[in-house]
Amino acid sequence: MSNYFSENPDILYHFNKFDLKEIVELIEDSYTQSEKYSYAPTDYADAMENYRKILEVTGDLAGNYIAPNAAAVDEFGATLENGKVIYADGTKKALEVLSKAELMGMIIPREFGGINFPTTIYMMSVEIISRADASLMNIFGLQDIARTIAQFGDEDQKERYLPGFCRGDFTGAMALTEPDAGSDLQAVKLTAYQDEKGNWFLRGVKRFITNGNGEVLLVLARTEAGTKDARGLSMFVCNGDSTVVIRRIEHKLGIHGSPTCELQFNDTPAELVGQRRFGLLKYVIYLMNRARVGIGAQSLGIGQAAYEEALKYAKAREQFGTSIYNLPVIANMLIEMRITIEAHRTLFYDTCLWLDRKETYEIEIEKLKAQKKSFAEMNEKLKEASKILAFLTPLTKYFLSEGVNKIVYDSMQIHGGTGYMKEFKIEQLYRDARITNIYEGTSQMQVVAAAGGVLNDVVGEYISKWLSAGYKGSMQDLLKLLIDIRNIYSESLSFVKNKKDMSYQDIAMRELVEMYGDIYLGCLLLREANDDDNKRLFTAHRYILGAYSRAIKNKEVIRSGVYSDILHQDTILI
Amino acid sequence: MAINSIVMVKQVPDTANISGQVMKEDGTVNRALLPAIFNHEDRVALELALQVQDTYSGKVTVITMGPPRASDVLRECLYMGADEAYLISDRKFAGADTLATSYVLSEAIRKIGRYDIIFSGRQAIDGDTAQVGPQTAEKLHIPQVTYTEEVLHIQDGKIRIKRKIEGGYEIVESGMPVLVTVLKDAVSPRPYKARRVMTYKNAKTLMELEKLVEGNSLLYIDQLKDEYLSKNLYIRTFTMDDLMLEAERCGVAGSPTKVHKVESVVLGGGQREMFHATKAGIGELIDKLMVDHIFG
Repeated sequence: MSNYFSENPDILYHFNKFDLKEIVELIEDSYTQSEKYSYAPTDYADAMENYRKILEVTGDLAGNYIAPNAAAVDEFGATLENGKVIYADGTKKALEVLSKAELMGMIIPREFGGINFPTTIYMMSVEIISRADASLMNIFGLQDIARTIAQFGDEDQKERYLPGFCRGDFTGAMALTEPDAGSDLQAVKLTAYQDEKGNWFLRGVKRFITNGNGEVLLVLARTEAGTKDARGLSMFVCNGDSTVVIRRIEHKLGIHGSPTCELQFNDTPAELVGQRRFGLLKYVIYLMNRARVGIGAQSLGIGQAAYEEALKYAKAREQFGTSIYNLPVIANMLIEMRITIEAHRTLFYDTCLWLDRKETYEIEIEKLKAQKKSFAEMNEKLKEASKILAFLTPLTKYFLSEGVNKIVYDSMQIHGGTGYMKEFKIEQLYRDARITNIYEGTSQMQVVAAAGGVLNDVVGEYISKWLSAGYKGSMQDLLKLLIDIRNIYSESLSFVKNKKDMSYQDIAMRELVEMYGDIYLGCLLLREANDDDNKRLFTAHRYILGAYSRAIKNKEVIRSGVYSDILHQDTILI
Repeated sequence: MAINSIVMVKQVPDTANISGQVMKEDGTVNRALLPAIFNHEDRVALELALQVQDTYSGKVTVITMGPPRASDVLRECLYMGADEAYLISDRKFAGADTLATSYVLSEAIRKIGRYDIIFSGRQAIDGDTAQVGPQTAEKLHIPQVTYTEEVLHIQDGKIRIKRKIEGGYEIVESGMPVLVTVLKDAVSPRPYKARRVMTYKNAKTLMELEKLVEGNSLLYIDQLKDEYLSKNLYIRTFTMDDLMLEAERCGVAGSPTKVHKVESVVLGGGQREMFHATKAGIGELIDKLMVDHIFG
C-alpha cells in the first residue's frame, strides 16, 4: 500500500509551501461560490484542505489501484479492432475509477460539472498519475482539451461538451499533427469548408494523434483556401463519429496504453471554436503550452518511479559482501537522481504557479471588461506573467524531459543486466521516458522557444533581486557561485552575439538556455535552502555546484569554436 | 421499491502494518501506535449497500460504535456515498466484547428505526471474531445470512443471496429485514467522490462540535448542532443515555469474555497423523483433540 501524494515528502514540501492565495481568491470569486455549491471552499484554508484531500484520494488510487496494473497495460497496450480502439484492461479500469472519483474535470468550472481547481493542483495530480502509469497520463491529462473549450468555446459548446468530460463519458484528443506538419504546424493542410448554409466540414488526414479515438476532437484545420501559414488556420471541435476513420494505431517504443492514431476525416461535421484564423496563433498555442507543462509532470512522475526502483534495487542487491547501496559510486548516482528530481520539481511548480497566474489574470480581465471596470493594473500583471511563462514553459519541458531520460538511464545502469530484462519495471520506464523530449515539441524546439526569453533576460529582474538578497552563512558560497555563473553566462552571450553568425547562435543557444535556466533554478533552490531546513541545502548545494561546472564547460564549448565546422557539414557528413 | 440499509462499520488498528515497536512485551498490541483504518470488509459491505441503492433506490445509513475519533470512518462512508451517519460513543462502552457491542448496536438500530437490510463486514481485523453481526441479528430477532458473496435479487420482500460455503457456494433466500455479513472479495469498493469529500470533510459529531464550543465562548452547542444539521453536516451521535441502555450490559460490565492469555503461535508444519474414516478412527481423532485441548 502506497499513497503517491501523502507518502512523497518532496511533493508534500511543495504542497505545504504553495502560495495560491491570489489565484484561489480569483477563481473562487472571493469564495462566493460556496453559497451555491456545498463542495466549494469558504476560505483559503478550506480550499487548501480540499486540494489536500483530493490529492490524497488521487495518490491512493495511483499507488494502490493504478500502479499495480501498469505492467499489464504495457504488455497488452491499446489495440485496434475493426476500426475501434480498445484500451488495455488496466487503462479502462483506471479511467472508470478516476471518473467515479470525479477527477476528470479538475480544471473545469463547477457550473459545467467540474471542481474548479487551480492548474497547479491539477498538474500535481498529473505528476502523481504519471508515476503510476505514464501512458495513463496521456488520457487523464487530456483534461486540457476540455479546459480549452471552457476557455474559448461559446456557451452552447461548453454546455454540450464539458459535463461529458467531467463525468468521464468523453475523452478528448488534440488533432494537430499531420504527415507533413509536425514541428512546423503552420504547414497544416487538413481542410475545413462550409456548405451553403454555413455548416463546417473537415476533410483530410491527421497523424500521431494521441487518443485519436476520443469522443471529442479539437482539430486544427485550414479554413482560408490558398493560404500557407498560420493565419489561414482555425480550430474546430467535432465528435469522433463514423466520418472519422481510424486508419491505424502506431506500434510504439513506450507508453503502450496510450493509443496513437492516424485519423482520416471524411467530411466530418465540425464547429468553429473561437475566431477564424486564430486557430494556431491563439488556441493551439494555449493548448500546446498547457500540454508542454503536462509533459513536465509526466517526466517528473516517470523520474520518481525510476528513482524509487533504483533505490529499492540498490538496497536489496548484494555484491562484494555488501548491498550496492553502500558503494560510493552507486550512492553518488542515486544522489544525483534524487537531486535532479527535487530541483526539477521546484522548477516545475514555479512554472505551474506562473501558468495559474497568467490564466487567472486573463479570466479576471474578461470579467472586469464585462463589468466595464478598469483592468489596467491586472493587464500589467498579465503581461509580466505571459512573458515569464513564455520562457519558463519551454525551459521546464526541456529540462525535465531531458532530465528524466538521464534518470531512467542511470536507474537501469544501477540495475545492471537485470534491468535490461522485461521482468523489471525499469525496462518499461526506460521506454516510456523516451517520448517526453520528443512530443509536444522536441527539446530542440523548446530551446528555440526559450531563446527569446534568454536573449531578452526575461527573468533578469528577479535574478538580480535574488542575487543581491541576504543569505544565511552556509549559503554565501553558493550565492557566490551563482553570481559567477551569471558572469560566465554574460560573457558567453556577448561572445555569441559578437560573432554575428545566426547559425552559430542557433547551435550555441542550447548552452545559453542551459546556463540561463540553471541560474534561475539555482536561485529558486538557494531561496528554498535559506527559508527551510538542511534537506533543501543538500539539493541547492549539489545543483548549484553542478550548474557551475556545466557553465564552465558550456562557456568553453561556445568560445572554443568547436561548432565552427558546421560550415563544412557536406564534407563531414559523407 | 426502495430498500433502506443500515451498514455497521468499524474503525480498526492497521494490523497489517505491525512493526516491532507496536508489540508490547506481553505479546499484546499497543493500539495507540497503530494507525486507525476503515475495516476493509465493512467498506465492502458499504459498497454492497450502495449497489443495492443504485439498483433499488432507498437510503443508506452507516453506524459505528467506537471512540470519538471513529468519526473518521463515518466521514469516509459519506465520501463513498452513504446518506446518513451515526456515531455510538460513550466512555462507558469501553472494553466491550462482542456481546456488549451487539447489545449497544442493536439498541441503536432499533432507535434509528425502519430498515430492510443490515449489512456488515464478515469480521473486523482486530478481533477476527465474526460474532457481532450474527449477535446483532439475534438481538433484533431477524434472520441473518453470513459469508455473502453477492446479492442476486430483491423482490416482494425477499432477498436472494449467494453465500460462500466450504468448497463452493449456495444460494439462499430470506425475508426482510435481514442482517447480511459480507466477504472481502464480494465487490470492489468505489473510490471516494471528490465532491462528497470536499462537502463532508466538514461533517462533525456531537463531540467534535463540543470541542469547537469549548474553544469559543461565542458558540452555543444547540445552535451549532442545528446549523450543522441544516447543512446536512451533522453526524448523529448517540451516547448511553440517548439509547436508555442498561449500564450492566455495556462496556466491561456487560462483557463476559475474559482474555485468558495471549501467546505468539508459531505454526509448525511437517507433522501429520492419519485417522481412518471409520467410527473408531473418528473416536481416536476426538480423543487426540481433547488431549491437545483443542476440544473440550
